[in-house]
Amino acid sequence: MKLSLTVNGTRRELDVPANALLVDVIREHLGLTGTHVGCDTSQCGACTVHLDGRAVKSCTVLAGQAEGAEVVTIEGIGRADELHPMQAAFREHHALQCGFCTPGMIMAAIDLVGRCDDLDRRTVREGLEGNLCRCTGYHNIVDAVLAAAPVMAGGADHG
Amino acid sequence: MAEAVAGSGIGASVRRKEDLRFITGRGRYTDDISVPGQAYAVFLRSPHARARIVSIDTAEAAAVPGVLAVLTGREMAADGLGDLPCGWLVKQSDGSDMVSAPHPPLAHDVVNYVGEPYGLVVAEDLATAWRAAELVVTEFEERPAVVDPALAMESEAIHDDVARNLAYQWVLGDQAATEAALASAAHVTRLDLVNNRLIPNAMEPRAALGIHDAGTGEHVLYTTSQNPHLERLVLSAFVRLAPEHKLRVVAPDVGGGFGSKIPVYAEETAVLWAARRVGRPVKWKAERSESFLADAHGRDHVTHAELGLDEDGRFVALKVHTTANLGAYLSLFGSSVPTYLYGTLMAGQYKTPNIFVQVHGVYTNTAPVDAYRGAGRPEATYVVERIVETAARELGRDPAELRRLNLIRPEDFPYETPVALVYDTGNYEASLDAALALIDYGGFPERKAAAARRGKRRGIGFACYIEACGLAPSKLAIQLGAGVGLYESGEIRVNPTGNVTVFTGSHSHGQGHETTFAQVVAERFGIGIDDVEVVHGDTGRVEFGLGTYGSRSLAVGGSALVRAADKVVEKGRRIAAHMLEADVTDVEFADGRFIVRDSNQSLSFGEVAFAAYVPANYPDDLEPGLSEKAFYDPENFTFPAGTHIAEVEVDEETGAVELVDFVAVDDFGQVINPMIVHGQVHGGVAQGVGQALLERGLYDEFGQLQTGSYMDYCIPRADDLPDFRVDTTVTPCTHNPLGVKGCGEAGAIGAPAAVMNAVTDALGVADLPMPATAEKVWRALRG
Amino acid sequence: MYPFEYHRPGSLEEARTLFHQADDGIYLAGGQTLIPTMKQRLAAPSDVVDLAGVPGLTGLALAGGTLRVGALSRHAEVAAHPEVRRALPVLAHLASCIGDPQVRNRGTLGGSVANSDPAADYPAALVALGATVHTDSRSIAAEDYFKDLFETALEPGEIITRIDFPTPARAAYRKFPHPASRYAVVGVLVAEFDGGVRVGITGAGPCAFRGTALEEALGDGLDPAALDGVEVPDAGFNSDLFASAEYRAHLVKVMARRAVQDLLEQAR
Repeated sequence: MKLSLTVNGTRRELDVPANALLVDVIREHLGLTGTHVGCDTSQCGACTVHLDGRAVKSCTVLAGQAEGAEVVTIEGIGRADELHPMQAAFREHHALQCGFCTPGMIMAAIDLVGRCDDLDRRTVREGLEGNLCRCTGYHNIVDAVLAAAPVMAGGADHG
Repeated sequence: MAEAVAGSGIGASVRRKEDLRFITGRGRYTDDISVPGQAYAVFLRSPHARARIVSIDTAEAAAVPGVLAVLTGREMAADGLGDLPCGWLVKQSDGSDMVSAPHPPLAHDVVNYVGEPYGLVVAEDLATAWRAAELVVTEFEERPAVVDPALAMESEAIHDDVARNLAYQWVLGDQAATEAALASAAHVTRLDLVNNRLIPNAMEPRAALGIHDAGTGEHVLYTTSQNPHLERLVLSAFVRLAPEHKLRVVAPDVGGGFGSKIPVYAEETAVLWAARRVGRPVKWKAERSESFLADAHGRDHVTHAELGLDEDGRFVALKVHTTANLGAYLSLFGSSVPTYLYGTLMAGQYKTPNIFVQVHGVYTNTAPVDAYRGAGRPEATYVVERIVETAARELGRDPAELRRLNLIRPEDFPYETPVALVYDTGNYEASLDAALALIDYGGFPERKAAAARRGKRRGIGFACYIEACGLAPSKLAIQLGAGVGLYESGEIRVNPTGNVTVFTGSHSHGQGHETTFAQVVAERFGIGIDDVEVVHGDTGRVEFGLGTYGSRSLAVGGSALVRAADKVVEKGRRIAAHMLEADVTDVEFADGRFIVRDSNQSLSFGEVAFAAYVPANYPDDLEPGLSEKAFYDPENFTFPAGTHIAEVEVDEETGAVELVDFVAVDDFGQVINPMIVHGQVHGGVAQGVGQALLERGLYDEFGQLQTGSYMDYCIPRADDLPDFRVDTTVTPCTHNPLGVKGCGEAGAIGAPAAVMNAVTDALGVADLPMPATAEKVWRALRG
Repeated sequence: MYPFEYHRPGSLEEARTLFHQADDGIYLAGGQTLIPTMKQRLAAPSDVVDLAGVPGLTGLALAGGTLRVGALSRHAEVAAHPEVRRALPVLAHLASCIGDPQVRNRGTLGGSVANSDPAADYPAALVALGATVHTDSRSIAAEDYFKDLFETALEPGEIITRIDFPTPARAAYRKFPHPASRYAVVGVLVAEFDGGVRVGITGAGPCAFRGTALEEALGDGLDPAALDGVEVPDAGFNSDLFASAEYRAHLVKVMARRAVQDLLEQAR
């Protein structure tokens, strides 16, 4: 099946199986292995990417559903020498340990900050209910999201 | 409380070196690694809890285009591969060895739990492998299964030669003295407890990539392991898959372990074997459903305990009888968890003079049970702290004050418990008082009254836990049945330009060793932490190691690095003395410089490193180079301890329990990086809260797993948890060079008892089986 | 996942044709239930017919006291839509309780209603508000639509195009979520119309239903205490690891009472 989509700003023309998932396209066909798969029931959120500007679980999107779409993955939001404010905040606040859930958590957190004003600790916790982390107990993730929010609001558009 | 330290040395909250790759999606986990020509494996798994394999017809599956091989346990056995061993031989109370049933990596005759692998399909792609796996026709002859550990000893034997399904009956302590003290106690509190089965659920599912080079005979296994050298040892010495020098095991970035990635599993064994058989690299990654079925589970105890107290409330005796569910086979360390890591902790923080522990380790038709964060110590703490709390309630005593009365006091150290441990140091009252202050214990009645006005019942619960970390020393552990030593290796290679590469046998899968170990080494050498690179997780690069479990990495692995660093400094002094034409006894090393005492002559660390590799002006009796290694074998366990306090509110109408506050004050000895330590506590507490309120690995009576996905098995989400308030007190460990004790498991050890003490306090009941889910609580409220 | 053919038709007609030509076709809306089911190899359709390209299935509009919601409206869209928040805030709130943010960014009203999971949230709104399910061939009253466990009045190949929700004077939804799946163990929506009170219940039974006994008790005035004496029989209720039928029956009353309390706090 022909698939045409934009990933991290680059137009891609691919040939993928009809039953491929968006996460398969990202990981296997494009080699972007920062997006992870942690479950098979669409709950852990490790595979979260932005599809046309909204956080989605890329394990629960068929490749065909992404035809013509804009996809942004963890590799597309910042660079090691120019981190996205959410990436920087995760590091500063020790919001990750093993790192496996982290890309999905960061993508979900960026989406959360983008659509909600005046977040507090409770609303951040509720807003991250689609992402499981087994290492951090979430406390520092909440710190990081709240620290990144004003920076994102004041800073440049990071996609 | 530890003072905040600036900079990057010991005591500073240095931001983690490893984070940059994780936050930018450049982590390299096993499933991220692909090699040309790799094929994909899917496992054939038993749908039955107990059955005989009558026949396996693989013809149709093998004929599917793209299928490279369909392999079964029978072929593996025919290839001469050995069984998966249990690494700890527990001695029974009569002196005999435990009864260890054979555990073939792939079942070939009988299957004994749902999900047990008995074969695999290898194909060009994953979809083909799955399709073919469904075409394998296996005829099973079902047999009656036993699931409940309490029924195991009365049920039909699962394994030939294992009467009553009893792997061992193990005892510790003085039974007669304990019974006598209980008989004459002023008050005896009795409690029956269940420690619920848990499924670890590291977020990265297990995975493996096996590669065999037919030209050189080399085998490479990338896998999700907490201890790659141990994996290599087991696969070489026991499974006989490849000789050790022809086998390289790499555990790259690993997405959490919590004990579940300690055991050597069937899947990685089979993948490497299949790679050799098929002549292609073979990759496997668990679907989460497979993780639920076939990762080692944790806990699963049934316990009766009795605590005797005298008229003043002093503990006089504790008797504990536990039946521990070991699952269908003895996993790598499964036998040691409910014995040496459990019974030995029954003194807790208290001066209980008489303790007797008896454990029946039983086989059932369930997934093997092994270490899960805390491994035995959460179970022990649950027994001790639940029964102490219950005793306080029965006697109308303040639970904090009853504990205080019985604490081992600072002047009692070293303190020898009646259950075989010698605590080196501690100050339990300090952490108790700090925790009471942090939670504002005096304000609790006010908070309880305020909650009542909102239709909520508020409860408070304590856990004063102790844990034993860094199993040691090796000689003693081996005497007690351990199959391996429990030391750690460390190597420091100073490069000619003065930066440093550190090789450690510890493995980091979230703990942050690349940062903390660098802090330790950088401080010792007076260099920046960016000049220190920590290498771990690869048997091809690191000489040897025993890996990461039991909160041992810093206490044992870190200490090995200190020893290696000492050797580097020692050699550096000799080089510097020669270069500066001074006597070696006059050369000191401080702040990164070799200094001749009482002179202005000195050399930097880098200058000495360069001289070691470009030995123009160099001692004749010294080898060039500056690279040293050490094996550190601790002389004792370390004993972190602390007080955790939970407050919950119970919705009287629905039974829903909300954890509204949690404080933890822990004594981990010296702290290298407070930020990381607090993070470890947060994560451990979250898992402990999960055990208390949300998680339960449940099989039905036929051995089918009822909680086999995130739809039913609930691991905590962000909105299930409150903010945690954590602090530390410090009594340095007396017997390792860093004074550290270990912090990785404390949260999971203290939290279940603290939370359940709070829940039962709110409800006014003696006990409620974990997890305290809403309907269970609602029924308890109705009485 | 098993292999299948993926189709993205551009019209209802084309979608129906593809469906009927397939050996075992299935429509795809947001996919938040269907795709996980297929991933677990619990469903093996030969053809997946994605409705995303079919015109006329999106959009929200208020028309004479009725909120018309296109079948492919995503949960997040319903939750955030200014018109919904003004005209039917209970529906916005209910939509914000579904799944998690990522699921709400993909999942659709039509997909949820077509699937009719016994623990889904939307069905409570449909029955409580007396919604009408419009399909490509007819209109179905909500009470006639939900038949049984995962069973609806839809004929094979029939496509939900729009759902019309009458707007009550006041309404409130209370949900007791399953801690793991976050589906409704019990969800109760209480709506006050000028003609009376309607109660819709999800999670408790094999499909959503009206709480007629609760409605009667509230008939003499919206008073939470009026529900105290109501018997909620648990016969036929769902029972699982987390909640027995008896407990669900209890939760129905508790959630109903809390919904009434919430409702009373709203201005008429």
